[in-house]
Amino acid sequence: MTWRAWLERQRALLDFTLASLGRRPGKNLALLLVYALIVFALASTLFFTAALRREAALVLQGAPDVVVQRLVAGRHDPIPAAAVAKLAAIRGVSAAAGRRWGYYFDRGTRANLTVQVPPDYWGHDGEVVIGEGVARARDVAAGGAFPMRAATGGYLHLRVREVIPAGSALVSADLVLLSETDFQRLFGPDPDRFTDVVLTVPNAKEVPKVAEKVVRLIPEARAITRAELLRTYESVFDWRSGLVVALLASAVLAFAVVAWDKAAGLSAEERREIGVLKALGWETSDVLLVKLQEGAVVSLVAFALGVLAAYAHVVLGAAPLFAAVLKGWSTLSPAFQLTPDVSALELATLFVLTVVPYTAATVVPAWRAATTDPDAVMRS
Amino acid sequence: MTLIEVERVRRVFHQGRPDELTAVDGVSLSIVAGEVTVLRGPSGSGKSSLLALLGGMARPTSGRIHLEGRELTSLPERFLTEVRRRTFGFVFQQFHLVRGLTVLENVMLPATPLGVPRAELARRATALLERLAIGHRARARADWLSGGEAQRVAIARALINDPRVIIADEPTAHLDSRLSMELLEIVAGLKADGRTVIVASHDPLVYLAGVVDRTVSLRDGRVEADSR
Repeated sequence: MTWRAWLERQRALLDFTLASLGRRPGKNLALLLVYALIVFALASTLFFTAALRREAALVLQGAPDVVVQRLVAGRHDPIPAAAVAKLAAIRGVSAAAGRRWGYYFDRGTRANLTVQVPPDYWGHDGEVVIGEGVARARDVAAGGAFPMRAATGGYLHLRVREVIPAGSALVSADLVLLSETDFQRLFGPDPDRFTDVVLTVPNAKEVPKVAEKVVRLIPEARAITRAELLRTYESVFDWRSGLVVALLASAVLAFAVVAWDKAAGLSAEERREIGVLKALGWETSDVLLVKLQEGAVVSLVAFALGVLAAYAHVVLGAAPLFAAVLKGWSTLSPAFQLTPDVSALELATLFVLTVVPYTAATVVPAWRAATTDPDAVMRS
Repeated sequence: MTLIEVERVRRVFHQGRPDELTAVDGVSLSIVAGEVTVLRGPSGSGKSSLLALLGGMARPTSGRIHLEGRELTSLPERFLTEVRRRTFGFVFQQFHLVRGLTVLENVMLPATPLGVPRAELARRATALLERLAIGHRARARADWLSGGEAQRVAIARALINDPRVIIADEPTAHLDSRLSMELLEIVAGLKADGRTVIVASHDPLVYLAGVVDRTVSLRDGRVEADSR
């Protein structure tokens, strides 16, 4: 067969495949939708967890090397300001700084806010910089009033200087940044104590040793390294994506049922058709090629639809279907645009796990039907 | 000239099982090129099974079949398919047109895997449909045809690869007398083209027709009579 004839043959078989699919529009469309829905669910999880991991990695990039917290009766307690100098003297530590932060329960919105004094706060006294989630919950924009209940019982009348843009990070959603003075007013004056102390350790290899020395120096303290923070984030995201995967197990099961249904047998009409084609002089390989093309067309279209829909869902629509499970329990679910960060390998894995088994599943029964004697059609 | 030679052929279904059935039982037969041969006999006499063996659609349990001296029975599946495609055209009792495809697509079906340019194939199929006076239905879907129309389309499909032998199983089973006579006219045309026609039928209209050269009577899978 010349290459031209070979090309004509492939074209003719593809024409037949497409005509075949068009002959059962209801069945094939339903199959396509179910299939695309499953790919959509799996790809959404993939995109979402990948985006969350990326966010976590970004957050941790700016995280301190070591955080030192004081524990009293097993609970976190402010650390005396004098400890900062002691910690800075540890060999390997290039800088130590006390931080002031705390949780504030906002009765109006029933949300817990993270209130923090940043080291180089750019606002003035009486001004706050708030996270996007806080602005949304309080329905306030830059320039708006932001009252907070102070330690004395009265209200602290603050004004919003700016809102941290939504795209920045997951953790900024519930953040309220203010000046040292306003922090003291809010939580009660305690100038000689910090919430915790952060250490800068330029040599990453020295971090475990520094952590060890911290505990030796201040026995009631604990040292949290960046590696530990990373592990915590990882395990939280793993646990959450695991939860979604567990939920998706039913979808995967449904897919397996669909694939099995395909593999278990053809309809009587399809079997009869294969017999007719064989009787008309089609080779087993021709029949298999057509069935392979049929499976490939359905699964490739479904895969493309599912992945595109998942991309739109996660990146453009901020994953409304998964947000509640994956973003956390807070009232202030962050509404931000996720940055797509999916490796080709992960996408290829999804492709191999969906397209390949389905296509193979469509070929098996066709092969069984195509290898029987075509005279069965004479007797039907 | 002998085209097909059948030697002591048997075809047994479900061999070795309680429901074993011998459909063809030691048949020997020679089919002459250019003739119209009718295999007649009651239902269950083995006509269709013998037809399937003659057309290379099934392999005999024992015995041999030669096509122009070449043994078919020992040919590997691929070569047998090739022989079937090039030599035989089949008209099934139920027509077996593929539903959902158009008449033209159905006629082109046996040639689809051959790599013939589509335009040429469509031209050939259209010419055949015109010749069988069904050209006006080329774009209609196969499932919208009447029995007589479907019969003609099935014949056009059998002719698309220009086979030397046409095999038809009970071709008048779903036709009234008028349409049956029309079919016999088509058979006469095929014979005039120099084609060999083998028909299985228990319809007297067929086996008593003038166009028929030879009638082989079967009963219980055996040849009962062979008359010209």
